[in-house]
Amino acid sequence: MVHHSVYISLLANTIKAGTILLFPTIGEIFAERAGILNLGIEGMMLIGAFIGFIVSYTTHNPYLGFAAGVIAGGIASLIHAFISITLRGNQIVSGLALTIFGGGFTTFYGQKWINMTLNNTLPTLKLPILSEILYIGPIFFSQDLVVYLSYITVFVMWFILYKTTIGLNLRAVGENAKAANAMGINVYKVRYIWTFFGGLLAGAGGAYLTTSYAPFWLDGITAGRGWIAIALVIFAMWDPLKALFGAYLFGGINALQFQLQALGTTIPSAILNMLPYIGTFIVITISSIIVKTRHVRPPRELGIPYIREEK
Amino acid sequence: MVEIALETRNITKIFPETVANKDISFKLKKGEIHALLGENGAGKTTLMNILYGIYMPTSGEIFINDQKVIIRSPLDAIKLGIGMIHQHFMLVETLSVLENIILGLKEYGFVINKKTVKEKLKEIESLYSLQTDPNVKVWQTTVGEQQRIEIIKVLFRGANILILDEPTAVLTPQETQSLFKILKKMKDDGKSIIFITHKLEEVMQIADIITVLRRGKVVKTLPKYKTTKSELAQLMVGEAQDCNYLRKKRETNEIILSINKLIVYSDKGTKSLKGIDLDVKRGEILGIAGISGNGQKELVQTIAGLKKVAEGKIIFNGLDITNKHPRFISRLGINYIPADRLAMGVAPNLSGIDNAIMRRYYRFPLSKNGVMNYIKALAYTKMMAKAYKIKLDNPFAPIKLLSGGNMQKLILAREILENPKLLIASYPTRGLDIASTQFFRQKLIEIANKGKAVILLSEDLDEILSLSDRIAVMYEGSIVGILKAEKADKNTIGLMMTGAST
Ligand SMILES: Nc1ncnc2c1ncn2[C@@H]1O[C@H](COP(=O)(O)OP(=O)(O)OP(=O)(O)O)[C@@H](O)[C@H]1O
Ligand SMILES: [Mg+2]
Repeated sequence: MVHHSVYISLLANTIKAGTILLFPTIGEIFAERAGILNLGIEGMMLIGAFIGFIVSYTTHNPYLGFAAGVIAGGIASLIHAFISITLRGNQIVSGLALTIFGGGFTTFYGQKWINMTLNNTLPTLKLPILSEILYIGPIFFSQDLVVYLSYITVFVMWFILYKTTIGLNLRAVGENAKAANAMGINVYKVRYIWTFFGGLLAGAGGAYLTTSYAPFWLDGITAGRGWIAIALVIFAMWDPLKALFGAYLFGGINALQFQLQALGTTIPSAILNMLPYIGTFIVITISSIIVKTRHVRPPRELGIPYIREEK
Repeated sequence: MVEIALETRNITKIFPETVANKDISFKLKKGEIHALLGENGAGKTTLMNILYGIYMPTSGEIFINDQKVIIRSPLDAIKLGIGMIHQHFMLVETLSVLENIILGLKEYGFVINKKTVKEKLKEIESLYSLQTDPNVKVWQTTVGEQQRIEIIKVLFRGANILILDEPTAVLTPQETQSLFKILKKMKDDGKSIIFITHKLEEVMQIADIITVLRRGKVVKTLPKYKTTKSELAQLMVGEAQDCNYLRKKRETNEIILSINKLIVYSDKGTKSLKGIDLDVKRGEILGIAGISGNGQKELVQTIAGLKKVAEGKIIFNGLDITNKHPRFISRLGINYIPADRLAMGVAPNLSGIDNAIMRRYYRFPLSKNGVMNYIKALAYTKMMAKAYKIKLDNPFAPIKLLSGGNMQKLILAREILENPKLLIASYPTRGLDIASTQFFRQKLIEIANKGKAVILLSEDLDEILSLSDRIAVMYEGSIVGILKAEKADKNTIGLMMTGAST
């Protein structure tokens, strides 16, 4: 008989693990809405995770570490922005290069940090009143500041996307860049801003991983989460609110795998480790079918460079 | 006191393969409607794109209200009070009408204040009697509505200088007349308008002054009251044209295409064809008239295999082609010229060659055992451009760089060269200059003369009347009558199109 507190801690961990995916998914949704496909998420997450870890470690301040990871992700994204927006290069190639770069960079500089552990991670801040709600409280409102920040991000970004002029400009650029340009919108600027934003959030996902969920350094610690985030963008049909569900679903698989391992099940750990990736396959297949039948499609300009002096 | 709203001095624009504008000097006065005429590829759109900041001129100067300006982007143009309605509409289809109208504007708040937008919209709508539903998505609207949205967009920004690039090409005669009312009202309000068209009657009706371009240069600027249609035509092409089509008396009763009780549903799930019965005979041109949105488009798309038949049958030369694959149907000899050239007629990013050979790239001699022969393909494309007078300076460049009219010519040529048994031509002369219009009308007649058949869709009733042997009139998804051309006139057809005489 398993006590119900086990379930509660499983679900609380689900939120944590989901948050790692939620940030980059939201970021990529916005970059793709502007027409920029960034396959460099995995690389930007790694950089964010690494910088977040070493800054936390050296300053003993996980908030500072998290912020540094966010900014590092943003800076890394500018490489992709420059290649795909200014140089009008191939976005797939550039994104993959960024992922490879992130891997190489962190492997090289991370060597001497391997297996080091943070002793002060992001502290849990129980929200007054809210954290006392039965079941809901301990799951959603007994978390750290960054998790609360992620809730706010989702709703604020949803609002910006659908209710504000900024969001309108963004959607127009991703659907018909020429028409947006004809209405006086600076397509390049919009694309730079949202690609950068995507980088910041990818950095946030990585930094949250090493400052809270897995506070140590391992080579390739993100373990493909950047790719899962890209799959989640499709699952979410480019909508921030749906991203929340997708991220928590995968967070759940992650947390479950952890918990089962901790409880010492007889299932081989290799099988457990495969769970998120099998999940990705299933989710992508199902959501592709849904996307087809519901006539949802990617932003029309996705992956296409914009050249003004052209028809 | 007449003031100059806009002036260009010696504007030149050189593209890698083409000199699109050469030393263009041009003046637009306040409160004037200035028509810009010229053959396909003469450089009209290029000049307007320069004024709107989409292209930078290679050399030359622009003055607004006697001030020298440099227009680097559409934003600069908008700030200077210039508004443009493009030859190919600039709307974001997935956004609502309202969202398209306020796109790029900052004064409606960070959080869009829909109420104030709608109030201002009402004001403009009543001032110019323009109607729209701000809440529908643009993809759900008809071209006529899209045109209105474009006009509202410009008015919403308070533009004083308005550029309209072939605004009437996609409009019905009624829609054109209501557009003209709006333009006259704008002119009375002191706004200046540049108006591009290929239709000389429209020029004579609406313009104050006319500038004719030829091969990128200004041929002449002259006031309307001093000129005539034939003089304008002559200035445009450099020679006089007469307009008699060579028609043979064609009398056969052999049916080539037979449509029985055809029912088709639209994308939105409503019935767009409600039981159509129609026969097309060998050697005839069958015109189909109707106000847009009454099922003409669905009918021809269904024949071409692009729409699913829910009930009924289509028989071609004795063969049932109901719900057959489009390529199967085209291989049988039914060729289709679509209405929307950019969306369905060409692959915009592919080259001129690729687009020219699209119907035959997989056949010998253009391909052998699955390997393409691009030398033959290039020769074929060059032959097509020469025979059909298509201004295709660089056959390797993406087709979207062609002028609108030249793109249309390439589509027409491609389909005609397939030597179809039945040619379905939707709005074939849309956007063509006068000489090309005559040339292609003649081609349609030749096809019929050879004992083949043509189905002709057009918003231009004169075109339908002058070419067709019989005219079927559609209204709300049904054929309300079929008239013999010699017994038909514009009034009767016009009435039938509105469903009045049933
Ligand atoms: N971006 C571009 N790159 C290269 N060539 C171009 C470009 N835009 C236009 N051209 C060429 O410049 C010439 C003039 O084109 P333009 O579109 O101005 O003609 P137009 O007078 O508007 O013709 P139409 O009546 O057919 O619309 C054409 O030969 C066209 O192929
Ligand atoms: Mg043009």
